[in-house]
Amino acid sequence: MRARAVGLGLITVAVVAGAACSNAPLSTQGPAPAFRAAAPEPPPAVRVTLPGSTLSEGQQITHTLNRLSYGPRPGDVERVRKMGLGQWIERQLEPGRIPDDRVEAALLAFPTLTMPVPDLVRAYPEPDQKVLATLRSGQMSQEEMRAMAPPEKRPFRIAAELQAAKLTRAVLSERQLEQLVTNFWFNHFNVDVRKGAVKWMVADYERTAIRPHALGKFRDLLLATARHPAMLFYLDNWMSTQADFVPVAGPAKGRKLGLNENYAREIMELHTLGVDGGYTQEDVIEVARAFTGWSIDRPREQGTFRFVRVAHDNGVKRILGHVLPANGGEQDGVKVIDILSGHPSTAKFIATKLARRFVSDEPPPALVERAARTFRDTDGDIRMVVVTIITSPEFLSSEAHRAKIKTPLEIVASSVRAVDGELQGPGAPGSQQPGGGLALAQQVNRLGEPLYQQQPPTGYPDVAEAWVNAGALLNRMNFALGLTANRVPGVRVDLSRAVGSADRRKPEQVLDALLRAVLQGQATSETRSVLAAQLDDPEITRATRDDRGPADTDVEKLAALVLGSPEFQRK
Amino acid sequence: MDCACTRGSFMKAGALALLGMGSVPRFLVRTAYAQGTAARPKILIAVFQRGAVDGLSMVVPHGDPSYYASRSSIAVARPTAGSAEATVDLDGFFGLHPAMVSLKPAWDDRHLAIVHACGSPDTTRSHFDAQDYMETGTPGVKSTQDGWLSRGLQAVRATPTSPFRAVAMGSQLPRALRGEVGAVAMGTVADFDVKQDMGRMGAGIVNARRGFESLYEQDVKDILHGTGRETFDAVKMLKSADPQRFAPENGALYPRGRLGESLKQIAQLIKADVGLEVAFADMGGWDTHAYQGNEKGQLALRLTEFSQSLAALYRDLGDRMADVVILTMSEFGRTVRENGNRGTDHGHATAMLVLGGPVKGGRMAGRWPGLAREQLYEGRDLAVTTDFRDLFAEVAVRHLGVTATSSLFPGFPMNPAKYPGVLV
Repeated sequence: MRARAVGLGLITVAVVAGAACSNAPLSTQGPAPAFRAAAPEPPPAVRVTLPGSTLSEGQQITHTLNRLSYGPRPGDVERVRKMGLGQWIERQLEPGRIPDDRVEAALLAFPTLTMPVPDLVRAYPEPDQKVLATLRSGQMSQEEMRAMAPPEKRPFRIAAELQAAKLTRAVLSERQLEQLVTNFWFNHFNVDVRKGAVKWMVADYERTAIRPHALGKFRDLLLATARHPAMLFYLDNWMSTQADFVPVAGPAKGRKLGLNENYAREIMELHTLGVDGGYTQEDVIEVARAFTGWSIDRPREQGTFRFVRVAHDNGVKRILGHVLPANGGEQDGVKVIDILSGHPSTAKFIATKLARRFVSDEPPPALVERAARTFRDTDGDIRMVVVTIITSPEFLSSEAHRAKIKTPLEIVASSVRAVDGELQGPGAPGSQQPGGGLALAQQVNRLGEPLYQQQPPTGYPDVAEAWVNAGALLNRMNFALGLTANRVPGVRVDLSRAVGSADRRKPEQVLDALLRAVLQGQATSETRSVLAAQLDDPEITRATRDDRGPADTDVEKLAALVLGSPEFQRK
Repeated sequence: MDCACTRGSFMKAGALALLGMGSVPRFLVRTAYAQGTAARPKILIAVFQRGAVDGLSMVVPHGDPSYYASRSSIAVARPTAGSAEATVDLDGFFGLHPAMVSLKPAWDDRHLAIVHACGSPDTTRSHFDAQDYMETGTPGVKSTQDGWLSRGLQAVRATPTSPFRAVAMGSQLPRALRGEVGAVAMGTVADFDVKQDMGRMGAGIVNARRGFESLYEQDVKDILHGTGRETFDAVKMLKSADPQRFAPENGALYPRGRLGESLKQIAQLIKADVGLEVAFADMGGWDTHAYQGNEKGQLALRLTEFSQSLAALYRDLGDRMADVVILTMSEFGRTVRENGNRGTDHGHATAMLVLGGPVKGGRMAGRWPGLAREQLYEGRDLAVTTDFRDLFAEVAVRHLGVTATSSLFPGFPMNPAKYPGVLV
C-alpha cells in the first residue's frame, strides 16, 4: 500500500474546501480560509490504489476530474497533483467528511429543499381551478392573477429551487462525486415533476431517497425509491389494488379498482434486471400483485407513504422462481426488493450503467464483469462497484480518455467552473432576480436536458449520439458566447481569472493562458493552430483606432471559442 | 455510428462556398426548386406518438360488441347524430375519437387512410425497446445502428442534395434518422444560428461563427466534427432561405404545444424549398395507465392537440400536400380491457394514420382481428394483422420512390401484396 502524508492531505483539503460566505457572490473558489484545527483524521474508509497508465500524470488528473467531477476549475489540477490523485479520490468517496460550507450557505436561499412534503402541499398549493379558468377566459389580468396566486407561492417554485440547487451544487460543491452520483441515481430512478402530485414530492425524494444512498447499498436505494410517494405516484403504484377491490371510503368509494402494471414492469426493466434480465409478463403481474397496497396517504393533502392493507392482494405470488406465501402483507414488496437487488441480472445491469457513466459509451465487457462481481460480492455496495470501475486500467486508458461527450448539465457546469464564474443568489421572494443557479438550469433546459422533467421513466441517455446533433452544437456555442460575454443573468465571469497575468496586447499569450485554464494545456495541435489563426481576425485582435497594432484581445470571444471547441465537449 | 465521415459531399460544397467568401452556397443553387427548374421532392413527415397510444380510443371500433364490454368506464360512446361527445363515425364500424373531429374533413376529402391493428411482431411491452425496434425497422434486433428513414433516403439517392434533406424537430436526433444520410435536429428554426453579438467597439459583424466553423472543419473523423460541418452548411443555407418569412396559410391555426410548433416549422421549411424530403416530429403523453378518460379527459386532451396539429399542417400546406404524406406511428397499443385505475396497460397493436395528397383515403386499411377474448393476442391485447414494416415499406416505395428495398428492412421479406394499400 502506498505511503501517504496525512498532514499534507488535511491542509490541502482545507484549502480546496473554501470557506462559508453567505452574502458575497459565490465564486467556484472561495477566499483562502482559515486553517481548520481538527482532530487527527481517521483513515479513509476505502484505500485507493491506482493502476498503471499510459496517460501522462496531467492527463490522468484531468481525466479523473472530468469523470468524477463537473470539471476542473483553474488551479484544480495542480491542487490534486499536490494532494495525490489517489487521496483525492479517497476523499470524494467519503463526501460526509468534506466540508461544504459554501454550498450549504448558498442553499439557504432555497427553503423548499428541506421542507416536508405535507408542508409543501400546504404552502405551495395549486392555484384554484376557477381562478385558472377565469384567467384563461381573459377576464382577469396577469396582475390580478399574481395578486391572487403569487408565483413564489405556486408549486413550480419547488421545481425551480430544485433545479437551481442542482446547478449550485454542480458548480460550487467540494463533494463533486456525491453530486454526480446523486444525479446519476435520480436519472436511473427517474420521476417527472410535471406529473400530478410529484411536484410536491420530488425535493424530498432526492433528499431522503436518493442522496443518502447514492454511494451506499443498492438494496437500500431501491427500497427507498419504491416506498417514496414520488415514485409511487409517478409510476401509478399508489392506486394499484388487488383485483376487483371496492373501497368503502375515500374518493374512489364504491368503485371497482384493480391491478396497475406500470411500476412492476419498470422496476424490473429499468431499475434492476434490465429489459433482457430474464423476467416475463407473468412476473410483471406477480410483482404488481406483491406491491398492491403500497400507496400514498392523500397525495394532494398529506403525501406520505401508507400501506393500505385492504387493497393488498393476499394470495400466493411466484416471482422469478421464488414463492411468496399468502398473507405476506406489506412485506411482500420488501421481499420483491430483496429478490431483485440480489439477482445476478441486476448486478450486471447496474455495473454496465455505472461503467458507461464513468468509462465509455460501450464499456469493455471484462470491466463490466469485474464490476458486476464486486456488486455480487459486496451485497450491492455501490461505492465498491464505483471503486472497481474508477481504479481499473480501463478507466485510465487512452481509449477512455476524452471518449465521452458531456451531457448538457455537464457542459454548463464545467464551463462555469473552467472560467471560475460566480453565481449570484436569488433576489428576495417576488423579485425578478432568479439567481445564477436557476439561470444556468434554464441553459441546461435549452440544451435539451430539462432537469426533473424527463417524461419517460428511462431518464436521459448517457451516450454521445443522444447529445450530438446540429441544433445541440449551435446551442452549446451560443451558451459559450453568452457565458463569456456575461449575458447569463446571475452569473458573473471575470476572465482575468482564467487569463491571469498574460499580456492582453499579445493575443498568442492570451490564447495559451485560456488553453491552460480551460483545457489544461491539452488542446490538440489542430485546435491550437485553428484558434491561433483566428487571432488574425480583427474582431478577435482589436486594432487600435489608427490601426498600428493590436491593442487588446477580445478575450470573451476567444474564451467562447475554447469553451465551444470539440475538445471541451468531451470529457 | 461514431463515424460521420461518410456523410456526404455537400460538406465540400459548403467549404467551396466559404472560399467564395459567403456567397450563396452551391447546393442552394443546385436545389433550385424555387425557380421551378427541378421537380419538387416527395416529402414524408413522420410523427411518433411516444408512450404507446391507445389505438382503441383513437380510432374506435364502435361496431365491435366486445369493445364496450371490455371498457366499462373509458369506452368512447357510440356515434350519435348531432352529438359532439360521441365517436365520429367513419364507415359504420370504426370512428374517430370526438377530440379528433378536426381530421374528419381530410377523411371526407379521401386524403386520410387508417391502418388499424398495426404493429410489431415482437412481443416486447417495453416502450424503449419497442420504439427502437420501430425506428430501426428491425424488431427483435438490438444491434441495428441506423434508422429506417435514413436507409430509405440512402436508397432513394446516395448523393446528398441538401443539408436539410432530413430534419427532426427537437433537441435529439431520433434513431429513425440516424445513419449515413446526414440529418439535422433543431429545436426551433429561429435558434438555428450562432448568435453573434456586436463587439464591444461596435466594429461591424463579429465573426464567432467563422471561428467555430474552422474549429469543427478540422480533418478529424469523429461524431463531433462530422456533425459540426453539417451544422454550418445548414446554418448558411437557412440564412438564405429564411423560412420564418412564411406565415401559416389558408387559415391554418396550429394549437399551442410542441407538436404544433414542430409541424408549423416543418411547413415553413417545405415552403422555403430547402430540399426537405423527410421530417420527423414526436409527441409524448400517451402512456395512460390511469384515468385516461373517455370522450373527455386526459387522453382526449392529447388527441385534441395531436389531431389539430396534423389538421393545421394539412390545411397550411394546401396544394403542396400533393407531394406530402404524413405518417403517424406509436410503439405499441394498450390493453383491450381497462385496468384497475380507469387506464390501460401496455398492449400490442395500435392504429396508424396516413394523411396526404397521394393517399388512397377515406377508407380503413388492414384486417380487423376482433376483440373477443379468443381473438386477442395473449388473451389481452389487440392482435397485429399488419406488420408496421409493410405499411412503412409501402410509403417508402410508392411515395419516396425507394426501389432497392432489401436494405430498407434487413431480414424482412418485402412483398407488395402485403402492403395495406394506402397509397395511390
